Amino acid sequence: MSDTATAPARLAVRKTYKLYIGGAFPRSESGRSYVVTDHKGGFLANAAMASRKDARDAVVAARKAFGGWSAATAYNRGQVLYRVAELLEGRRAQFIAEVRSAEGLGARQAEAVVEEVIDRWVWYAGWADKIAQVRGAANPVAGPFFNFSTPEPTGVVAVVAPQDSSLLGFVSVVAPAVVTGNAVVALASERAPLPAVSLSEVLATSDVPGGVINVLTGRTAEVAPWLASHMDVNALDLTGAPAGLADELAVAAAENLKRVLRPADEDWTQPPGLKRVLAYLETKTVWHPSGI
Amino acid sequence: MPRFDYAPAPESRAIAHIKESYGLFINGEFTPSQDGGAFKTISPASEEVLAEVAEASPADVDRAVVAARTAYERTWSVLAPKERGKYLFRIARIIQERSRELAVLESLDNGKPIRESRDVDIPLVAAHFFYHAGWADKLEYAGYGPAPRPLGVAGQVIPWNFPLLMLAWKIAPALACGNTVVLKPAETTPLTALAFAEICQQADLPPGVVNIVTGAGETGRALVTHPGIDKVAFTGSTEVGKEIARDCATQPHKKLTLELGGKAANIVFEDAPVDQAVEGIVNGIFFNQGHVCCAGSRLLVQESVYEQVLASLQRRLATLRLGDPLDKNTDVGAINSAAQLAKIRELSEIGEAEGAQRWSPPCELPVKGFWFPPTVFTGVSQAHRIAREEIFGPVLSVLTFRTPAEAVEKANNTPYGLSAGVWTDKGSRILWMASRLRAGVVWANTFNKFDPTSPFGGYKESGYGREGGRHGLEAYLDV
Repeated sequence: MSDTATAPARLAVRKTYKLYIGGAFPRSESGRSYVVTDHKGGFLANAAMASRKDARDAVVAARKAFGGWSAATAYNRGQVLYRVAELLEGRRAQFIAEVRSAEGLGARQAEAVVEEVIDRWVWYAGWADKIAQVRGAANPVAGPFFNFSTPEPTGVVAVVAPQDSSLLGFVSVVAPAVVTGNAVVALASERAPLPAVSLSEVLATSDVPGGVINVLTGRTAEVAPWLASHMDVNALDLTGAPAGLADELAVAAAENLKRVLRPADEDWTQPPGLKRVLAYLETKTVWHPSGI
Repeated sequence: MPRFDYAPAPESRAIAHIKESYGLFINGEFTPSQDGGAFKTISPASEEVLAEVAEASPADVDRAVVAARTAYERTWSVLAPKERGKYLFRIARIIQERSRELAVLESLDNGKPIRESRDVDIPLVAAHFFYHAGWADKLEYAGYGPAPRPLGVAGQVIPWNFPLLMLAWKIAPALACGNTVVLKPAETTPLTALAFAEICQQADLPPGVVNIVTGAGETGRALVTHPGIDKVAFTGSTEVGKEIARDCATQPHKKLTLELGGKAANIVFEDAPVDQAVEGIVNGIFFNQGHVCCAGSRLLVQESVYEQVLASLQRRLATLRLGDPLDKNTDVGAINSAAQLAKIRELSEIGEAEGAQRWSPPCELPVKGFWFPPTVFTGVSQAHRIAREEIFGPVLSVLTFRTPAEAVEKANNTPYGLSAGVWTDKGSRILWMASRLRAGVVWANTFNKFDPTSPFGGYKESGYGREGGRHGLEAYLDV
């Protein structure tokens, strides 16, 4: 080895990891960033450190997108989610590499994770036009009425994404919220936010309308409380909230009776079931008389 | 009223790559029939021969059933459900990618207007595969128990009126539930089914999961009576449906679903918005030249608005454009076959002979091909054969009623029970009528609407079983 420092023949061009709000990629309005390292402590990137204002901007973007997204046909939403899987399949190598550096997984493990990520989008894509058939009902009320109940999306869902599973965990908490028509503000894993940011770049070039999924990176303890107390957020997923913080966030969420999903030990490789889809659904019952 | 004439706007047929001859699709490959039998498929709009197609003998059908059985046991039933679903998603996407080609092919072989094959048939085909793809790994949520099992090999026979769409209605749920299939398309419209076989190849679908055997009635009989199948699904005439039911009656291991004929009532109340209702009446009976089992072939109009509705209907029919199916402005295409045309003519002549008044708008019919003008019969009584028998053509019988109860009585006065239409501005009346109509589908202030999520099928002699929706899965599960 040479003892003189040498520059590589070609220098790699690094990516700037930004926030994803309303379909655009802004830096944090605060101008702040924080160092993200790989599992060995090596430098990976300076990620944007979202502020209160970024969080509020993301909620505004999500609310704006909610109307159109929730009014899209279920068939259309299913196709949009499936398109995300298609695009991810073409970027397997990139995401395997990102998950490896973020989580320190072996090549085979990382490949399995990314495959599960792709298949999870497919799983949820299939639910778009079926959830009403599983969750809805014609109710045989005792009278001359036609009475039926259908599920409807809750609205804007704030998600504190899992800290440990930077991509599979992230997708596993975001996809079940958006498939039924909700719009999401997701706070990525604080320590390993980069795969989620790269995912947002896939979302931006897929058919997911801007604002339906917004991705923030930064300090969980700083940003999550602003989402938990935001009066235009309808539901809160605390999966990635540290134990000490979760109670506090849940209390703040009670102010406007957000639907709160509390942290639980999750094995993201297991079949996800319907729990997360159902958490962000309202049930609407319609009565109509029957008669000549 | 002045009328703006349209310049011809033909869709290019170059996009449909028709081969000179087609084999049977068995075990993932095209193979000739064992005895060399073949038949020609023509364009009903021009009588031009489009291709020669192998005719499957009973021995060929047997080969196909064996291939399907092997694929069922070795591949398809042991494949992880989500992987099964991903094959169906692939097929759905390829259908979307090749949609224009399939639409042109369908219009050429069937005679239906390109506007319908392009905007209705093929999009629904893709949607049907997309919808069922999602069910493949979600069957435990469908309400049939925690681990519903497939049946095995399905023998499926489909009609010529919506060739590729009926294929989708049969194959998509069968595969999603874990079955393998042998499907026989109608002898007058085999081409899109054979294009679908190519799509299965493009999707890398394992050999034998889908087998397509072309042929006529004998081939169909060999398939549905084959002892090696576990499921029979048939869409077609009530007459053949009953024959199949008799045959299956002595082979109780076969699950049977039938989607048969209809004589739907389209009921217009005096408070209905007339223009909207007239559009619905036209769509109800002249869509696809009336080659629709759920067509609204009996128009029941409340007496008080009879004159108004009839005048408006006749005015609207005068604007329908009949002609080249590949012209994008065509509303009414060709009758699918000489045999069907003869049947429509015969029943129409009987209608006149029995005393009903026949009317058609001024309408020039092309010289070559099989054509029948949009036709309306008034002064029809319930006893007339044109009010009782399925004509399966662009022929509407108009009757009247005074009260809702009378409308229900007349609508239900048929051995069929596939569909019905209700036109009124009063929501409670829609629901009151819907609860009394003995039909599997009731359209209110619309007609001929289809969606993969929506179960379709008949009461009474229109058959049994449902296709589409959560309910449609039952036909392909061991429940």
